[in-house]
Amino acid sequence: MAAFVIRRILATIPVLGMVAVIVFLILRLTPGDPATLLAGDNATLAQIEEIRRHLGLDRSIVVQFVSWIGHLLRGDFGESFFFKMPVAALIADRIQPTLSLALMTLIFTIVIAVPMGVIAANRRGTWVDHAVMTFSVGGFSIPVFVLGYLLIYVFAIRLNWFPVQGFKSFDAGIRPFLSHLLLPSLTLSVVYIALVARIARASVIEVLNEDYIRTAYSKGLTNRVVLTQHALRNAAIPIVTVIGMGVALLIGGAVVIESVYNIPGLGRLTVDAVLSRDYPTIQAMVLLFSFIYVMINMLVDLSYAVLDPRIRY
Amino acid sequence: MLDVTTNPESKAQRAQQDEPILTIEGLSVALPRGADRPFAVENLDLEIHRKETVCIVGESGSGKSVTAHTVMGLIGATQLKPVAGRIMFDGADLLQMPPDRLRALRCVGLSMIFQEPMTALNPIMTCGAQIDEVLRWHTDLNATARHVAIVRMLEEVNLPDPERIMAAIPQQLSGGQRQRVLIAMALILHPALLIADEPTTALDVTTQAQILRLLKNIQQNRGMGMLFITHDFGVVADIADHVIVMQHGRVVEAGRAEDVLLRPQHAYTQALIRAVPNPKPKSRVERQDAPVVLATSDLGKTYATRPLFGAPRKITAMHGVSLEVRRGETLGIIGESGSGKTTFARSVSRLIEPSSGAIMFEGTNIGSLNGEALRPYRRQIQIVFQDPYRSLNPRRKIGDSIVEGPVNYGIGRVEAIDRARQLMTFVSLNPEALDRYPHQFSGGQRQRICIARALAMEPTLLIADEAVSALDVSVQAQVLELLNRVRREFDLAMLFITHDLRVAAQVCDRVAVMSKGEVVECDSAQAIFQRPQHAYTRSLLDAIPARHWTFGEM
Repeated sequence: MAAFVIRRILATIPVLGMVAVIVFLILRLTPGDPATLLAGDNATLAQIEEIRRHLGLDRSIVVQFVSWIGHLLRGDFGESFFFKMPVAALIADRIQPTLSLALMTLIFTIVIAVPMGVIAANRRGTWVDHAVMTFSVGGFSIPVFVLGYLLIYVFAIRLNWFPVQGFKSFDAGIRPFLSHLLLPSLTLSVVYIALVARIARASVIEVLNEDYIRTAYSKGLTNRVVLTQHALRNAAIPIVTVIGMGVALLIGGAVVIESVYNIPGLGRLTVDAVLSRDYPTIQAMVLLFSFIYVMINMLVDLSYAVLDPRIRY
Repeated sequence: MLDVTTNPESKAQRAQQDEPILTIEGLSVALPRGADRPFAVENLDLEIHRKETVCIVGESGSGKSVTAHTVMGLIGATQLKPVAGRIMFDGADLLQMPPDRLRALRCVGLSMIFQEPMTALNPIMTCGAQIDEVLRWHTDLNATARHVAIVRMLEEVNLPDPERIMAAIPQQLSGGQRQRVLIAMALILHPALLIADEPTTALDVTTQAQILRLLKNIQQNRGMGMLFITHDFGVVADIADHVIVMQHGRVVEAGRAEDVLLRPQHAYTQALIRAVPNPKPKSRVERQDAPVVLATSDLGKTYATRPLFGAPRKITAMHGVSLEVRRGETLGIIGESGSGKTTFARSVSRLIEPSSGAIMFEGTNIGSLNGEALRPYRRQIQIVFQDPYRSLNPRRKIGDSIVEGPVNYGIGRVEAIDRARQLMTFVSLNPEALDRYPHQFSGGQRQRICIARALAMEPTLLIADEAVSALDVSVQAQVLELLNRVRREFDLAMLFITHDLRVAAQVCDRVAVMSKGEVVECDSAQAIFQRPQHAYTRSLLDAIPARHWTFGEM
């Protein structure tokens, strides 16, 4: 197991190296010049040139790359063109809202989707099953921003249960923190609930046909015990895999949600950085997300061994 | 003796003993609408007393398993419904019992063990935890007391080192050990009745003999009643006090075991008993003069695993196997699971690459050939696999499956279809059925189709890998007869891989007995069955259920 973890962590190095090269090249090959954008509409050519030199963009691409990687290896992500502050500090400022949103969404997904899937599997073919499957199709189909505005209209504007927009940090107290977070996480989790409930249902249905489920019933166990302790654990691997993939994809969803609910998180930061061609920030964000992605995959693989003793690394 | 009868208490005890544990009266279980018959089980009566074993015998679809599952209340989730009759256990009708009372009775009053020990245990729970679940659910014992009880029970089912077994997950145990764990789980609370649904069918013959002996011993010690479901008349002869023969959901014959086995009244019972292969081989003309088709020398297969740390480990699946088969001859390879017989078949057919030795096929060493060089030999060596339900592509018409091989080897489609029609007739199927799908055929018919598919390639060597093991006994007899005809009329060499010695006796000219990857004995079938030299061969022969019965000669 330890050997496996070490191997996987070492494997992130080439992955991140390749991501670094690709993102660096793509940014410089796409149209749009950060210096022009920063200088504003009335700037002279000389001013733009001055900004470009100041940002170091007048050097050759190779020199820029070597310099960036050199700083990176010393833990320095560089300074943002647009926000005029170190990228590391920028990310640290914005990470709490996004992490809170992701975690809350994850909790909603697991707590709602897994029982939904198990119940649907257990009551296969009944109205309960049909209701879950209908919800699932609906959850897939509705765009995140439509659902977001819909929930804002109903729960924030009409019923006035939650604030319309914004984010309150955890330090401001647990109640405002949660009340600001609830609608955005719920909005974001609907598509994951739809996905995970579907997978959980299919996976549990398959396990319910296994011989050992019949053995469990013949021991005199109740339906609930058979479902939770025998069926669900054996069905867990596909479910965990999908949840893991979902977490990795959350980042993309967060971009839209943070715009709809006006949350100052990493999603918004990414959008702002892209729009202003803020190279150091974009590069750092992409590297960060790749790292998270690789780590989540490793956690999912490790969870296999915990869930199924037959799997050993 | 006299004393006992005058003692009133013993009288009461005897009366109690005469009272059946389980009484089924007029049980009918309905099949869902649109099935090929209205009832899975129709008007079934039976009684089981203490210390008594009642066997329900029948082929697939006879309703024997449905009966067992109905008694246990395990058909709730299926579309089957008991529509008439009573199942009286301990003064109450199980069919009328509320679900929670029935649950409380499971493993306490009546228990069940199943056919497939490989899949009947939860693969991700330790065996100890799975047995413990029964105790936690049905008793108030504390953890220490439960542990002691489990250890004692595992000892009772003759599992050495109970602590190790408790900590093991099912995958780490053999099939026989798993079945013992399941028996321990079923019997730990001393139920009055055990329902055993083909508990030894998936096991090796020596393991089967041990499990049957174990069940019999426990039953006698505890005075338990047993409802035993089987398709094997050998097992019936070994274990039954009372026999019920079922066909298409109806009881066709019932009576004391000796009566039914020795003097079967109903034509179906007679046919079933006649179909049990006789473990006495017929005398055959040896084909010393025929050309050798296949000769292996020192054939071996080793699997190596290379962990990141530590030394690589080697597992020898087969070692030093030197055998030959001549044209027109059937060589049987007999062995239990893990004996290396399947490794041999796969190496010879070059589905896997042997690690050492030579495979001389009509004078060429095909053991070291690969890719294009091997291609012509692929056609000449064909296999019929064990499970006819899984060896035909379900999305393909059987005609397409049969002609695919010849067409790949450059035969025109029209010609190949023509040949497929002839082969269908040869295997006693209607040539018009070529455009049907596999699910429209029974297991026996599918195996005939698989044989036709193999013959379409005009092979020189036909390998039958447990080709009749999954079939009902009456169907098995027909397929064996077909294989005999194939060998005669196509004049090919046949390798017949099996774990069933009775079946081997029916078709093999010569037999090689394999154990732990090596051939321990190889001789004419007659010599092997009548004068076995090796101790392992003798133990295999001793384990044949009811080998003193000569079913096939009735």
